[in-house]
Parts: sequence; structure tokens; C-alpha cells
Amino acid sequence: MRKQNTRGKLDKAIKCLMAIIVSEVFIFFAALLVMLIQRSQLILSRYTVWELLFSSEWDPDKGLYGFLPAVTGTFFVTVLSLLIAIPISILSAVYISEYMPSAVKSYFQAFIDVLAGIPSVVFGLCALLVLMPFTRDVIGPLFGVKTTGMCVFTAALVLAAMVFPVIISITVESLGILPVGLKEQFLSLGATKWQLIEMVLFRAAGPGIISGIILGFGRAFGETMAVVMVIGNKNILIPSLFSPGQTLPGIIVGSFNEMMSVPEHQSALIFISLVLFIIVLFFNILANIIKNRLKSRWRYE
Amino acid sequence: MNKYVKESIFKVLMVISVFIVIAYLVMIVGINVVKGGIVLIKNPAVVVTAPGPKYLLGGEGGILHAILGSILMVVPSTCISCAASYLIALFLQVDYIKNKLSNKLRVVFDVLWGIPSIIYGIFILNILIITNRRGSLGAGIITLALLQMPVIVRYMDEALNSVPNGIRESAYSLGATRLETAIAATKYALPGIIAGVLMGMGRAMGDAASVIFTSGAGNSMPKGLSKSAASLPVLIFQQANSFYPSVREHAYAASFVLIFIVIILNTVSRLCSKHFQKFTLGSGK
Repeated sequence: MRKQNTRGKLDKAIKCLMAIIVSEVFIFFAALLVMLIQRSQLILSRYTVWELLFSSEWDPDKGLYGFLPAVTGTFFVTVLSLLIAIPISILSAVYISEYMPSAVKSYFQAFIDVLAGIPSVVFGLCALLVLMPFTRDVIGPLFGVKTTGMCVFTAALVLAAMVFPVIISITVESLGILPVGLKEQFLSLGATKWQLIEMVLFRAAGPGIISGIILGFGRAFGETMAVVMVIGNKNILIPSLFSPGQTLPGIIVGSFNEMMSVPEHQSALIFISLVLFIIVLFFNILANIIKNRLKSRWRYE
Repeated sequence: MNKYVKESIFKVLMVISVFIVIAYLVMIVGINVVKGGIVLIKNPAVVVTAPGPKYLLGGEGGILHAILGSILMVVPSTCISCAASYLIALFLQVDYIKNKLSNKLRVVFDVLWGIPSIIYGIFILNILIITNRRGSLGAGIITLALLQMPVIVRYMDEALNSVPNGIRESAYSLGATRLETAIAATKYALPGIIAGVLMGMGRAMGDAASVIFTSGAGNSMPKGLSKSAASLPVLIFQQANSFYPSVREHAYAASFVLIFIVIILNTVSRLCSKHFQKFTLGSGK
């Protein structure tokens, strides 16, 4: 009887500990948000959000904080990299899950897993060594522009490579869990494999693919180091894709040293973090809603 | 267009895109292995020598400070966040709270996972500024622990969710408490849990953006919890564009070491999950 009591007590104690730790995480989450809002008050009391986000002058020495160059830089880099990555990674994911023999498939998936774990600085280093000369000597002349290689286009190429493993692994996974019957029934009607993929599999695996794309977007959007290493870090409105630019996380890393000294500058950088935070929050919640909606509409079980 | 023509067109497109992915990724690993390998073969002592006084100006020294700093930061932070994440992941199961609530909690962890790592860095940096401290090894450990926590929690949660209900039910029917049941379920979920821990570790190992603000990132050997410490990713970031060829070469060597560690972690995770699957497969069915 006594033993029973200690067991019960231990169980309750551990439950309390768990609840404490979980609430600690929430405190961290709330503290993060509160801190970001509170520390960006200073800059927001002098300029409106509109002025900050849509003016193009960035000169902290003169007290000018316009994020438009970085906002457009981030936008172009992210969109361009997704435009490169989405078709390629979805097509190759379909190939991996539908055409590849299963012996090769498991090796290939292991390969993709390793790539998903490769740190972003390594991607950046590689971009510096290979993609930058490639853009300068091959892509630039191809389009008839002179470029140093330190440009938005190179950054998008690296980001595309970093997004591949995310989208591929989630797409392969969501194609893999579809019931075999679904495929067999459609093929037995005389459809070709591509018709099957186009008409059935993309719909059935749709929620998975879309959440993969949103996760890939998140990775591309928040990526700091690899982009900073190749984008050139010039805070100007980009005239073309082959000129140096700047991204929002890039500003924070770039102004790291000055950050301590001027409170206003510091507050401006924290305002950028707040913007990043809110965008990530928005897209995550959106992804969740989409996933749940689509799950209830496209159910194949 | 004939459906067979369409089929073959898309098949060609798919093969091309698989080829692009492979080429891209082989290039990324290959170039680092080759460049770093050349440096390491020429001068293997780089990995075990501490940096000299004028290291960043092309002086004597190696990257031992960064390797040690990385290990000293990643291992304790993984331990801390592993313990916390295990308890959180258990709490998210149906044994403790209702499914509706835990689904909402999961969204929070997804959001935390998606936040760019630089924001974690800014957060800890602000705490450091408020408490009037400087970047240190200890702050780096805390940052990395927070950074990998959501990853580990989500992996563990998925693994525990995939445990067949029969295991829990039979444990409860024998009169086990929730904790004892959870331990029984953990044994079944072990492959997934280990994969999650190693994924988190990999994330912490390779992340530069959060640590660059918080760990001080000097080029001295790590001396104590309150002293600054370097780490491999920060070293690569700072030295990859250096004017001095020897400094640049050390960045290549560091990236070789980093890729090597990542691949080792991945292999260990695969081997572990195979090893533990032997004990679990079929036992719940």
C-alpha cells in the first residue's frame, strides 16, 4: 500500500514538473514577443510603421531608417529562390516516390536527409566558391549584364539549394502514405502514370505538398548567414537581379558592431526582428489552417 | 497532345530535375570536402593547434578554439534541451491533457521552430544588455538550448504519437501509473526520439546567426562559462571573405570538419534507429 502511494506521488510530481516546463516555454514565447515590441517602441515613437517600411533611405548616422531596400531585397530573394526550387523539387520528389526502384530510393532519401542537416554557413561558403564565379562568368554574360557575382541572383540560387531537401522530403513522405488502392484503381482504367500523378496524387497529397512549400518558404525567408555571405550587403533599392542588395536579417548581422552604441539604431534593428517574427507567425498559422482545411476536404482513407 | 507524349515529356523533365538536385548537392558537399581536404592534408595540425596572437591577420595558429567552443556549447545545450523536451513531449500526449489543447500547443512549437535563429540571438543579446553582461559561453549554451528545443520536442512528439495504443492500454491495465506507461511507450519510440535529438544537435552545431551575438565569438580558447567562446560556423562566416589566404583556408578546413560532424551525426542516428527497431518491431502488433 505504501509503495502504491510513492508511485502515485512520483507520478503527480513529474506531472507538475512537466506543467512547469511547458509554462516556462510559454513564458519564453511571451517574453520574446513583449521584449521585441517594447524595445522597438523607441523607433516607433519617432517614425510610423509606414515610414519605416516604405522609405528607401538608410543612413543611421543621419537618423534615416528606411527598410524598403531590405524589404524588396528579401522579397525578391525569397520569391526567386522558391520559383527555382518549387518545380524542380516537386518533380524530383514525384520521380523519387513513383518511378525510382525502392532499393535506390532509400539511399536517395538518406542523401536528402544529410543535406537537410548541412549548416547554412557551409552552403554560403560553397556559394562563395562556386556559385559566385558561375553567376559572374556564365549567367551574367548570358543575359548581357556585367556583375560581380555578389548579387541577388546568386543568393536566390543558394537559397533554392537549401529549400530542396525541405520540400522534397515532405512531398515524398506525403506521396508515400497514400493507399496503393488509389493508384491501382486509376491505372486500371487505362490512365498513364503522369495522368495518375496529375489528377490523383497531386490532389491527394496536396496538403502535404503545400505545407512543405510553406516550410520551405520559412527556411528561405529566415535564412541569414548564407545570404549575407553572397548578396553583397548594399542597402540600396536593387536596380536589377544582378546587383548587390540587402535582406532584413542581413541588416541585423551587418550592423552587429554598431548595434550596441546608438539606442535608436538598436531599436530599429529590433523592429526588424519584430517584423520577421510577425511574418513567420502569420505564415505558420496560415499553413496550419490550410493543412486542416485541406485535410478535411481531401480525405483518402 | 497525346497522353503518352505528355507522359514522356514529363518523365524527361523529372529526370532532369532529379539530376539538377543531385548535381547541386554533390557539388556543395564535394567542393567543401575537396577544398577543406586539401588544407587538412597539407597541414593536419590546423585542427589541434590553438590560434596565435595575430591569427586573423594571417598569423600562426589553428582552429582548435572553434572546435572546442562548438563542442562545449553544443553538448551541454543538447543535454539541457533534451531533458526539457522529453518532459514537454510526454506532456503533449493524451495521457496528461486533452487532444484539443495539445494540438494548440503544437502550433506554438511549430512557430518557435520556424522563427529565424537570428531572433533567438537578438533575444538573448537583449537580456545580456539588460543585465549588463557580455557574450559568453554560458549565454551561447542557453541560446542553443532554446534554439533546438522546438525541433526535439516536435520529433519526440511525433515518435511518441506513433506508438501503438495497445502498449499504453496494456500498461494501464496492469495498474501502471502515467509515468510508468510513458516510460514503456518511450522504449517503443526510441528510434524516433534519438533521431530528433540528433536533428536538434545538428541544428545547434551549424547555426551561426544566433551564436554570433551571444557567445562573444572572439578568437581565444574557451576558458570558462562567463568567458567568450568561438564556434565553427561563426569562424567560417567571419573568415570566408578574409584577405589572407591562410585565414580563408582555415574556414575551408572548418567547413570540412563541420560537414564531417553532420554526416557522423546522421549516420549515428540511422544506426541507432536500426538497432532499436530490432527490439520494437512487431512487439506492439
